[in-house]
Amino acid sequence: MNSITRYFKSLLLIELFQGMGLTMRYMFKPKYTVRYPMEHIPKSNRFRGLHALRRYANGEERCIACKLCEAVCPALAITIDSAPRASDGQRRTTRYEIDLFKCIFCGFCEESCPVDSIVETSIHEYHFEHRGENVVDKLQLLAIGDRFEQQIAADRAQDAAYR
Amino acid sequence: MADQLINQVLWPLIYILCIVLPLVVAVAMFVYWERKVIGWMHVRMGPNKIGPFGLLQAFADVVKLLIKEVILPTKANRFLYYMAPLLALIPALAAWAVIPFSSRMVLSNANAGVLYLLAMTSLGVYGIIIAGWASNSRYALLGAMRSAAQVISYELAMGLCLVCVLVLAGSLNLSDIVNAQAGGKGLFDWFWLPLLPVFVIYFISGVAETNRAPFDVAEGESEIVAGFHVEYSGSAFAIFFLAEYANMILVSFLASILFLGGWLSPLQGWIHADAPDWINWIWTGGFAWLFIKAFAMSFLFLWFRAAFPRYRYDQIMRLGWKVLIPIAIAWVMVAGCMKYFGWVSIGAGV
Repeated sequence: MNSITRYFKSLLLIELFQGMGLTMRYMFKPKYTVRYPMEHIPKSNRFRGLHALRRYANGEERCIACKLCEAVCPALAITIDSAPRASDGQRRTTRYEIDLFKCIFCGFCEESCPVDSIVETSIHEYHFEHRGENVVDKLQLLAIGDRFEQQIAADRAQDAAYR
Repeated sequence: MADQLINQVLWPLIYILCIVLPLVVAVAMFVYWERKVIGWMHVRMGPNKIGPFGLLQAFADVVKLLIKEVILPTKANRFLYYMAPLLALIPALAAWAVIPFSSRMVLSNANAGVLYLLAMTSLGVYGIIIAGWASNSRYALLGAMRSAAQVISYELAMGLCLVCVLVLAGSLNLSDIVNAQAGGKGLFDWFWLPLLPVFVIYFISGVAETNRAPFDVAEGESEIVAGFHVEYSGSAFAIFFLAEYANMILVSFLASILFLGGWLSPLQGWIHADAPDWINWIWTGGFAWLFIKAFAMSFLFLWFRAAFPRYRYDQIMRLGWKVLIPIAIAWVMVAGCMKYFGWVSIGAGV
């Protein structure tokens, strides 16, 4: 009896019609596609993207060349040189470079920083056009920080309660 | 003399262009429609970047293919290698000669139209076999052999389905076959109802004949890369592509003509009203109905491809020889009885 019902089931293509019904239902479902350059999915304020060096409101750079980030970096992507600043003798970095090819975007540098200087912004769309551009230096990092300070500060403020 | 030349050469050439050029455009739009439909069924969007809604995607692909280089593999048979795409394309286009688009629109109202169609659709497989052999590639040869075995097996089932139609219609002329489906009972006068199993078998065989999913072992991307056209690139590949899709559209048109009443309206005999011509066709019939039916049929091809996984080679053979052919043979008898005892009305007119 079982084999007879199975025979008629396959002869009448019942399971095939069920499968076609399923695909037809899916045809009218809303699509999952995000048209990427035009549309973006929401991003967390904890997103770890391109790095930046921040400044205080009076324009003084935050970094005091403690080199904690250099020490904690698991990928050895950060290189720092320091010296007393010529104008007032404060300890400052003369060189602050991040190799973005080595960086694994773990966020340890940001967590280790005692003055919230090095941060990872939510920028994730960037590219290099020439060899060597993957190493970003202090000027570039500061420029990124200047440009996106509002967003960086807003992201940090949103997360402050959980730190 | 000049009159003769115009009548026998020029006008047929213009008619041929009137069929082939829209067919090529239809193939391009069908490729786009296929990618759209399969995208939707995968809960994606399909091509939507080139032109409005991605409508120009197919043309962009064609231009890309035509710009590319045609590569001749080492030790390939040069003559056959270049002949094969043409051998696939020519029958696919030639078969359109006998398709009646409406009661007056037909290029060649041949009396043996169905025989001609059978011959042309069978010739297409030579292009595939020769392509596989001339490529000097194992994958291509395997694909060609699979395709040959499959097409020959399903040709039988398809031929028996046609026999059923011929028995009922009593003619090999496609226009006569359509006229035999006219009547006063609307779409229930068409042959799909008395020949329902045969209709299903015909369409399944048609899918297998055109090497489409789920019968696309000839291409089998996962095991033999792309089958018979693995070595083809550029415009030669484009021609294979064109032939395959032209064949799909042809099978859709044939299914509509043989089983769904061709240009006849599904409302025939139910509505008798006098209306202007542009409304009238809805119940008196016209080529628009044929296109609507063929569009619905060709949609099934895409639907199958999105829904079903590929058959294994032995499953294809089993289905063809042990299921489809016996049922088709049995229905030839049934169709004979229907005709002999007059259980169905043939072309009674309104």
